[in-house]
Amino acid sequence: MDSIERFLKEICEAPGVSGYEQPVAQLIKAGMRDYADEVREDRLGNLIFFKKGTGENRPRILLAAHMDEIGFMITKIEENGFLRFAPVGGIDPRTIVGQEVLIYAKERLHGVIGAKPPHVTSDEERNKAYELEEMFIDVALPEERVRKLVSVGDIVIIKREVIKLAGSTVSGKAMDDRAGVAVLLVCLQELARLQHCADVYAVATVQEEVGVRGATTATYGIVPDIGVAVDVTHGDMPGVPEHETCRLGKGPGITIGPNIHPTLGEELIRVAKEYNIPYQLETAARPTGTDARAIQVSRGGIPAGLVSIPLRYMHTSVELLDLADVKMSGRLLAYFVAAVDMAFVEGLSCC
Amino acid sequence: MLLKKLSEAYGVSGDEGNVRSLLRTELQDYAEELTTDSIGNLYVKKGLGKKPRVMLAAHMDEVGLMVVGFEKSGLLRVTAVGGLDHRVLVSKPVVVGNNHVPGVIGAKAIHLQKPQERKKPLEIDNLYIDLGVQSQEEAEKLVKIGDYVAFRSSVNEIGENCLLGKAFDDRAGCAVLAEVMKADFDLELTGVFTVQEEVGLRGAGVAAFNVHPEAALVFEATSAADVAGTKEAGHVTQIGQGPAITIMDSSFITPQYMIDLAVKTAEKLGIPYQFRRLTTAGTDAGQISQTHEGIPSLVISIPCRYIHSPATLINLDDYQNTIRLAKGILKAIEEGGLPCEGTA
Repeated sequence: MDSIERFLKEICEAPGVSGYEQPVAQLIKAGMRDYADEVREDRLGNLIFFKKGTGENRPRILLAAHMDEIGFMITKIEENGFLRFAPVGGIDPRTIVGQEVLIYAKERLHGVIGAKPPHVTSDEERNKAYELEEMFIDVALPEERVRKLVSVGDIVIIKREVIKLAGSTVSGKAMDDRAGVAVLLVCLQELARLQHCADVYAVATVQEEVGVRGATTATYGIVPDIGVAVDVTHGDMPGVPEHETCRLGKGPGITIGPNIHPTLGEELIRVAKEYNIPYQLETAARPTGTDARAIQVSRGGIPAGLVSIPLRYMHTSVELLDLADVKMSGRLLAYFVAAVDMAFVEGLSCC
Repeated sequence: MLLKKLSEAYGVSGDEGNVRSLLRTELQDYAEELTTDSIGNLYVKKGLGKKPRVMLAAHMDEVGLMVVGFEKSGLLRVTAVGGLDHRVLVSKPVVVGNNHVPGVIGAKAIHLQKPQERKKPLEIDNLYIDLGVQSQEEAEKLVKIGDYVAFRSSVNEIGENCLLGKAFDDRAGCAVLAEVMKADFDLELTGVFTVQEEVGLRGAGVAAFNVHPEAALVFEATSAADVAGTKEAGHVTQIGQGPAITIMDSSFITPQYMIDLAVKTAEKLGIPYQFRRLTTAGTDAGQISQTHEGIPSLVISIPCRYIHSPATLINLDDYQNTIRLAKGILKAIEEGGLPCEGTA
């Protein structure tokens, strides 16, 4: 296992549901601090890695990947100690039945998501998907102890280790967007040996899954000239038209569309071509569901770009991606950063 | 812990070899004779020549999937082996084939679904196993048509004295049987670890024919539906309330004198017990009881929540009490002989 794979495994397995990113933030800080000149946190919890450029007149580049993950929150303790819960972020309830979970209560509890058992279910019901309202978490404790340990509002994640699959593919929870954070690490490592004029602010953002909030305050605080978000995009899978997806292992997706500054999109493509980094064009006809959505309209408007890692089964606990794409994305970002100077930034104003 | 090892082993119906070799290793020092038959049942004999001859059975197989085809993209199409609730399959890790190649069962991302799609369960025909390969050729290097697919989950102790893991149906029964076979009784005992229970009680009849016992005890795991949103009348069994005695299911009606034997033993030894309160589903007793001219049988089960899923839950007191009750019943037979119609 190389260092990037190890880093990704470690941060994917850690808890960090939107608004509760501290545990994963600690690990990210430990894994990335050596590649930054300065590390700080803002009030919302964004983790900012600053790497100084060499130019005299230095543009400021924001690179954003969100570290929060989707999860659940306890809403009610039922009779006999069963727990009801609500989603934090967008979850398909059909994908969570029978999942083992970890509840961050007064102590960490291990449980399982249950639903009405099949033999007491009519055929008609069996042809309907389980709904969130009929699910519960079972921690196999008497009600009295559950009430002592668990509070409404406690955070829950699916318990899942990262699994190594064929070739350089891996699967697990929270690859969206811890893989993006791993891209930031690859980028900073590459930048350690490249000359770059611009100041770089690589940020592990918070609360993306509940409305791109971390990217909003990060952009406000950093005042960047350019912002590039790193996120995941849908990989090829059955039932989804090919033109809506990117192939795994074929390089980062580079997005074009109204959310993306045209010159930034073109520059990312130019850099990919120049350095022979495979890439895939991705079109977004609407504001993207990524940090780029917030960056573009923060302050007086910041030119935004988006680099994406192809990933299958998004927002399930078996999100699957190819580590080769993570590495290629990191290299692309680094070479992009190295090419930015003040003249480029000045050219971004629309004439 | 034997139960943990057994639960984590892969052994879908028809592919019980891993479980069989674990049990063979575990019991070889205790057995007077250790044999197998053509379908794959494992026989562990003790007290050869003693009377009466009693057969004890627990099935080694678990529910799972089988690879039936490839997509050009390298995804695997599968079908169910045994009674699976297709609604628990999605977003779970699995292993495929003899080399235990890891894979996952994926689902279309919620972002790409239409609202009405979300209301329908994901049928097995629409589910795929993803090995992380890029093409059918790559997939074919790793797995083949007909490969068995098992859930991948480890056993953990959770809550108050409970275990969470896969395949307690019926590896918990196998563990009970193994523990019982380690004790000595003045009986001829044949412990049979059966195959293919989940696809229609295929192994047990063959075993009962070969052993030809005067009575049989079957150790099982059975549904416990004592969960939120289910009325008490539908609980079937409750975890922590002791081993469950079957009165009747779709495959078998227990003779009253066998029920009495279990109840009296439990009461005498102060072991909590409950009746299994459902008349459907079946166990190996369905076949055993109809073999030769009929073999009186008894089914004792460990209550198990979320049965046939990758994360099933049992209570360890129930497990220990099932072992105690099983030994108690054998002791009672040793002392008072086999019960029969009219004895009570």
